[in-house]
Amino acid sequence: MHLFWLLLLLTMSGLLSAQEASEVAEEPTLAGLQSSIEAAQSSLTMIWLVITGALVFFMQAGFAMVEVGLTRAKNAANIIMKNLMDFAVGSVAFFFVGWGLMYGSTASGWIGTDHFALMGYSPDEITNILRNWFFQVVFAATAATIVSGAMAERTKFVSYLLYSVFISAIVYPISGHWIWGGGWLSEMGFHDFAGSTVVHSVGGWAALVGAILLGPRLGKYVKLPDGKVKVRAILGHNLPLAALGVFILWFGWYGFNPGSTLDGNSVDIGWVAVTTTLGASTGAVGAMIMSWILFKKPDTSMSLNGALAGLVAITAPTYVVEPWAAIVIGLIGGILVVLSVEFFDKVLHIDDPVGAISVHGVCGVWGTLSVGLFANRPNDKIVGLFYNGSFHQLGVQTLGVVTVFIWVVVTMGAFFFIVRQTVGLRVDEKEELQGLDITEHAAEAYPGFQIFSNM
Amino acid sequence: MKLIIAYIQPHKLNDVKKELYANEIYKMSVTNSLGCGQQAGYTEHYRGVDIEVNLLKKVRLEIAVNDTFVQKTLDAIIKGARTGEIGDGKIFILPLENCVRIRTGETGSNAIG
Repeated sequence: MHLFWLLLLLTMSGLLSAQEASEVAEEPTLAGLQSSIEAAQSSLTMIWLVITGALVFFMQAGFAMVEVGLTRAKNAANIIMKNLMDFAVGSVAFFFVGWGLMYGSTASGWIGTDHFALMGYSPDEITNILRNWFFQVVFAATAATIVSGAMAERTKFVSYLLYSVFISAIVYPISGHWIWGGGWLSEMGFHDFAGSTVVHSVGGWAALVGAILLGPRLGKYVKLPDGKVKVRAILGHNLPLAALGVFILWFGWYGFNPGSTLDGNSVDIGWVAVTTTLGASTGAVGAMIMSWILFKKPDTSMSLNGALAGLVAITAPTYVVEPWAAIVIGLIGGILVVLSVEFFDKVLHIDDPVGAISVHGVCGVWGTLSVGLFANRPNDKIVGLFYNGSFHQLGVQTLGVVTVFIWVVVTMGAFFFIVRQTVGLRVDEKEELQGLDITEHAAEAYPGFQIFSNM
Repeated sequence: MKLIIAYIQPHKLNDVKKELYANEIYKMSVTNSLGCGQQAGYTEHYRGVDIEVNLLKKVRLEIAVNDTFVQKTLDAIIKGARTGEIGDGKIFILPLENCVRIRTGETGSNAIG
């Protein structure tokens, strides 16, 4: 509250000095004071959401760098194009269709039905709606861009563009409506503060379906004569870029989570920033320890994945859990991501070059469920199993996780299947070997460099 | 003793290595190289401007072998690298005067094997 009074004083002092000049001193009325406070508060929220929205937008750069770094040099320009265009195409789709489906008037809690292209708002409403649209569109784009990593190095560019439109216009907004748009899951008390499920699981499960229907990169899983499958590593070409990407994502997450207070006057911004930090840190630590045990050395790219895993996990519970719980949630997320990457790669043979399915899908689920265990916010009626001994919240969280999984797998599965039968999902073998930079864009990312493109 | 130098498509290197290993040929040097032969180049674009790429990326293999191994080595390289399309590459076979293993000072056939 101190801040409001300070701002109020600043505003008033301006008024007073003007009044002194004219030698008219009027007693401030209560109503006048109230409206000044409200104006100051809404300005703060405007600034807060636009700045944190910009931070979330910067995460696009983070995703681009992580994906470029963890894949081969011959596909770098293609990955840049995918990360650029999924935002560019997706934001327009979210403007015309997505926003209406997500935040329009609800049809029995399942889908929004109006305000397409931001139409139908009164002049009083529109200021805040524009602010909110900007803050939401960067989240929609985050969900969309997760998939490009899992489908890297072999997807047809035009198919990826079609996918970007579909997820931003239809898939993300509808499940988002259930949880954030006043739909049926939010009515039941499902809690996902900044989007472990709404954003990350949606992207992660879409990535899973895409990677399955696409098939692995050539040479990733080699069939030996005895019928066994040998799993080969396909090395990323620039670990420093991948690291830069992870740091950018972590930085952007300070918009993602604290911004999701949706209120520049919130006293919980610091709380959320602290739990976010602890979750990310212990995520990195967890993955480092796990990789140290499994591979005998602390693995760099796995630890980078671990920081992201911790961030994804803490995204849903960040507001409702105490700092000690954030430490546990992040640590488990970091351990989980290593096991999950190994499981998808070595057991299921699903080729995910950057670990997007594990980071966003699996750890998104873990974060969402952790609300049902660790939550302790009686004032918001969100209390988990460890505090009240009731399975109610955990049950609701589980229901949300399962329904969103089914929704994404069915819709994205149908979409990718149709694309595969019509436009084609995958480039042909020769194009994949030569690299998508030359075959899809007729340009190299590193002209003038000697690169072993046969790796 | 012969020195075999082969230029192949970069993405066929793994197949060639596999064939060589299958024929018990384990020693080789590999370098990146640029070159042009019968295979026409291709066109890249940079900000709308065409670029004729004439020198194509190839991989150069150098393998020193005893005479009895020459045919085996050639067959392995051909089996691994051939697609039937222009650009598969070329193999050169040169007489090799001598060979010294630095560690032991061995020379000739012993040093190669």
